[in-house]
This record gives sequence, C-alpha cells and structure tokens, in this order.
Amino acid sequence: MAIFLDENSKIIVQGMTGSEGTKHTARMLRSGANIVGGVNARKAGTTAEIEGKQLPVFGTVKEAMKETGADVSVLFVPPKFAKDAVIEAVDAEIPLAVVITEGIPVHDSAVFWAHACAKGNKTRIVGPNCPGVISPGKSNAGIIPADITGPGKIGLVSKSGTLTYQLMYELRDIGFSSAVGIGGDPVIGTTHIDALEAFENDPETEVIVMIGEIGGDAEERAADYIEANVTKPVVGYVAGFTAPEGKTMGHAGAIVSGSSGTAAAKKEALEAAGVKVGKTPSETAELARELYKAQ
Amino acid sequence: MDLYEYQAKDLFAEHGVPVLPGSVAATPEEARAEAEKIGGPVVIKAQVKTGGRGKAGGVKLADNADDAKAKAEAILGLDIKGHITRRVLVAQASDISEEYYFSFLLDRANRTFLCIASAEGGVEIEEVARTNPDAVAKIAIDPLAGVDRAKATEIVAQANYPEAIRSQAADVVVKLWETFVAEDATLVEVNPMVRDPQDNVIALDGKVSLDENASFRQPKHADLVDAEAEDPLEAMAKAKDLNYVKLDGEVGIIGNGAGLVMSTLDVVAYAGEQHGGVKPANFLDIGGGASADVMAAGLEVIMSDKDVKSVFVNVFGGITACDAVANGIVQAFKLLEERGEAISRPLVVRLDGNNADEGRRILDEANLPGLLRVDTMDGAAGKVAELANKAV
Repeated sequence: MAIFLDENSKIIVQGMTGSEGTKHTARMLRSGANIVGGVNARKAGTTAEIEGKQLPVFGTVKEAMKETGADVSVLFVPPKFAKDAVIEAVDAEIPLAVVITEGIPVHDSAVFWAHACAKGNKTRIVGPNCPGVISPGKSNAGIIPADITGPGKIGLVSKSGTLTYQLMYELRDIGFSSAVGIGGDPVIGTTHIDALEAFENDPETEVIVMIGEIGGDAEERAADYIEANVTKPVVGYVAGFTAPEGKTMGHAGAIVSGSSGTAAAKKEALEAAGVKVGKTPSETAELARELYKAQ
Repeated sequence: MDLYEYQAKDLFAEHGVPVLPGSVAATPEEARAEAEKIGGPVVIKAQVKTGGRGKAGGVKLADNADDAKAKAEAILGLDIKGHITRRVLVAQASDISEEYYFSFLLDRANRTFLCIASAEGGVEIEEVARTNPDAVAKIAIDPLAGVDRAKATEIVAQANYPEAIRSQAADVVVKLWETFVAEDATLVEVNPMVRDPQDNVIALDGKVSLDENASFRQPKHADLVDAEAEDPLEAMAKAKDLNYVKLDGEVGIIGNGAGLVMSTLDVVAYAGEQHGGVKPANFLDIGGGASADVMAAGLEVIMSDKDVKSVFVNVFGGITACDAVANGIVQAFKLLEERGEAISRPLVVRLDGNNADEGRRILDEANLPGLLRVDTMDGAAGKVAELANKAV
C-alpha cells in the first residue's frame, strides 16, 4: 500500500515534449516509474525516445488513456495553457492529475477546480506549483528525487518541495510509504486534510509528517481534522515565523495578511490538536523518529 | 500586487464603474491645477498602501483651488504608519447620503470567489462583522457561472441595500465583477460605495490587489508598479530575476526552494537569540537550479546590503546535485572577484542531499576566502549568527 500512487500506476505526461517535461520524464523513468506515453495535440501520432524508451505521443488525454490504460497524468504544461490541460484531464476522468506547473494565475486554478467539482471530482488534482507524489520503490509522479530514500513507514504531506526533500533525507533510514507535495499556491486541489485521511487509512503508514507554511488557514483546518479523525501519530512543522506581514515569500500562497495566516497561529492550532511541532526541520525529523520507534 | 487608490479608481473607470472626477498629484501645484479643473470643493487624499489615513491627517477637504494647494502641501511628505506620502488624489467632494461596503475576493479556504457586501459601509468591514455580523452578507461566487445581472440582483438584496438604489447597485456589481475577472484581481473592494442625494451609486474609495502570476496576459500591470517606492535592493534583485525580500537583520540568506528558505530564516532567528539577537537580513530563493550565474547574482545582491555581516548559503541538493551547486559557488566567487566585487563578509555554506560528499570536497579544495563549511542546517545557523554578532 501507499497513497494515491503505487506499483500499478500507469503514467502519462502532459507537456512531455517540452524541455522540463522531457527532463523530468527521463528522471521518472530512471526512478522506475511506469511512464506509458505523452500528450501533445501538435505532435499526436509521433514517438518520443526518452531514456531509451519509445513513448507514444497522443493528441488527447482521453485517447492516451484508451490506448495505454493510463490512470495518472503529470502536467508540465506552461502556465498559459495549464487551465485547459487540467480541464482536459478532468474531462477524461483520469483518476490522478499531478500539476507541477508554477505560476498559474489563481483565476485559472479557481476555474479548473470549480470545473472538477462540477464534474463530480472524479479526478484527484495534486498541485499546482507542487513537486508531485512519490511512493518510494513503487512509483514516482513528479519531480521529487527518487534517490533520497526508499520505502518505509512514514507518510509525508507538505506545501514545500525542498522541505519535503530535507525531511525525506533526514528520515532516510526509516523510509516513506508516500510523500505528497500539495503545492504552495493559494488554490490547490489535494489538501493537507485529503492526504491525512489517506495516510490514516493506509496500513503501511505508521507515522505522519505534515509540513505547512504561512498563508491561508489550511493548517488550522488540518489541525481540527487531526483532532477529530486521525489516530496515527502526527508530527508537524511550519515555516515562516520570521516572515513580515504583506510580503509574498516565494510561493504565491505564502503571505501573512493582517493577523491571519501566521506561522505562530498554525503551530498553536496543531499543538492544541495534540500534534508535536518541531522548531526546525531537524528537530521535526527527530520527533518523527521518536514516535516511529515508540510504535 | 496592491494598488494605490488612484490606480484602483482608474481601473474602475476603465471598466465603467462610476467614480467621481479626480486625478493624482505629486506636488501642491499639481493639486491646485487639478482642483481648478474639477471646480468647487475637493477632497485631498494621501496615496499610501495602508489604512487609517483619515486619523493620521491624510484626508482633507478643500474649499477651492488655493485651499487644495495648501492642504496638499500639508499632506505630501506625511508619514502614515511608516509610509511616506508622495502623491495625493484630488477628487470632487461628494454629497453622501449613505455609505455601503462591497468586495469580491479570493476565498482560499473554499477554493472559490467570495462576495462580501453590507449596507453598513465607510468603516472597517472586520469591525462590522464583529459588532453586527447579521449586517454582513457573504455570498460564494461560482467561478464558472460568474456574476450576471440576475446574480447581482440577488447579491444587492442579500446585502440589504435600500430598495431605491438596488437596480443601480446591481449594475455597479456587474461592472465590479468584470473588473475582478478582466484584471486578474484577487481583491476588488469598494469602501465606501456611496449613494448621493440623486440616488446615484458611486465607488468612492477602492482597493485592488492583482495576481502577479497573471502578468503574462496583463502587460499593462507592469506600469502600475511604483518603482520609486520599491526597496532598492528588492528592485536590484527583481532586475536580476531573483525572488528576494528585504528584511531588517544582519544575516544574509540564500537558499533553494521557498519553503526551505522560509525555514532557514526561522532557524537563523532562533540561533540569533543566543548571539546578540541577530536576525535574517533577507529572503532569497534561487530556485531548484542553483547555477553559478544565479548564485553570483544572489551573492551580489546580498553583498550590496550594507547591513549584512555574515551570509548563510543553505542548499539542499534535490534535483540539482550538490557538486553542481559547489561548482556554482566557486565560480560565483570568481565572477564576483573579476567584477571587483570580491566577497567581503564571512560565508557559511551548508550542502546536504544529493552528492553532498562530492560538493563538500569541491568547496574544501577551492579553499575560498572567508568560506566556512558546516554540514547541518542548525549547526550552520548557529555559526552564521555567531559570526554576524562578532562583526556587529
């Protein structure tokens, strides 16, 4: 078991023939992911050779699914075309769409999210502006380096890519069931809560690490969810205590507005829900290690 | 990006939202000329991106053009909560019968748009929500359906605007929605929206925030940036395409990935508590790539900050391997030396992750002046804080 992605996942890449798409398709292939093709309307019917593998390019997601049985799409489509690409994936009812693209206008994300809801949420959207999902040893949909660590019992959900890598590295001796980068944009598909629910139900996951950052109130809502629904131990980390009010800190969604969205409020909410919150990434890893050993 | 009131007013006018005649002025003379053009009494309003202008003496009524000049003179240069007033809006004074509140905004929690409207305007909406929550209507807006005349009619009824002006208000609401969508705004706020004695509905004061991710399809938004008000280091970083935020501490920070850099700031601030209270001097995310050019550009900006006493380069090799990052640092030192901007303050480097051993070996071999290698994030933060404190 793992969440969202496993050894049976068949992956297509929307935007595979672009430079980022090609580079990361090669990386995913090297990490053992089962990539079965790409989508690019202008190159439909051609084949792309990546890492020595002949990958068919299809005109639409729907056609790619029909021909290959793909159930996951990873999107490296530029911001300008991302909304239409996500809507296409949703209309094709692919079970998982991982949107790596950074810099999508929030009006576009709000529209594709509303569209996904109107279609009954048959597609799980992860991202945008995220590093993707990895289930070490099984599959890899996105840009998370597969060589940091192997399979194990920790489940991780994070708004940040590099903090995901950092924590995976610090806990590399234990390993991970799955790590999910949900992205740093103000509007995202899969939330902390969605991942927490999946990890709670995943028999392979024993300890959950949740990484948040300033902006919005997703961590506060996750804290309420944990208190009511999660029986597995959860360790938290929140970045951005020193962030000034009103400044966007790298991620489009990382902004303290007035008195809302502060790291202090998020930490407090998590601790009130019984989550141990580390002061630094290393301390967070140590807390997770202790809880893992106590299992 | 938050706009000034006069910029919001211009956008409103472009999209057919009724506003009063007026224009921005940077000198008392300009204010006088604008007042003359408008004729009759005018309001002089400080243009600063913060609230509480009235209380701070930043909004004054002027009877005529000469008075407008005098009032503008008093307001220009005024410090309002740390914002220096460099421009004033000169607008026709209006007869106000009633004041309402109206806004469209992004609702992050529900991943949709929200309309907040109230028949009680002119005061902070948070205050109304606290004291009289029933007077504040919150209406979810489906991004797919948007706001047409029918939806607008529903909104003004829920907001409990007076019957007599509901039709006019609904027209304004439709136009505000058009502004919100067409401009890729994350906030369009009108407070107050006023009713004059002739039952006209007018947007008297506006606040607009624009989505910078949409700049590729909003070329006109670049003109709205107030370059003069920008921090010079932030402007320099922006010109180099770097993701930089100036803070007021002593420890320069470079890292890869927004989350890791935010975390680095926090860890340095904690370490600083043990070392004279030194704090991070900036946020700088050089992204996943961390090439030599980007590293050099980043170091250049940080070395231009006179407050910086020591620098922390905190890189986790994920997609980019640490040996590439180490080579980048070595080349950045060379590049800066060639430009006559040799690195003059101590640098603590922490490299971890993919190919860390090789990266560390490269740095050790290069033996760069003032560079210290510490292999854990917490340890490096302690060291860099100590060095900054010694130099203060």
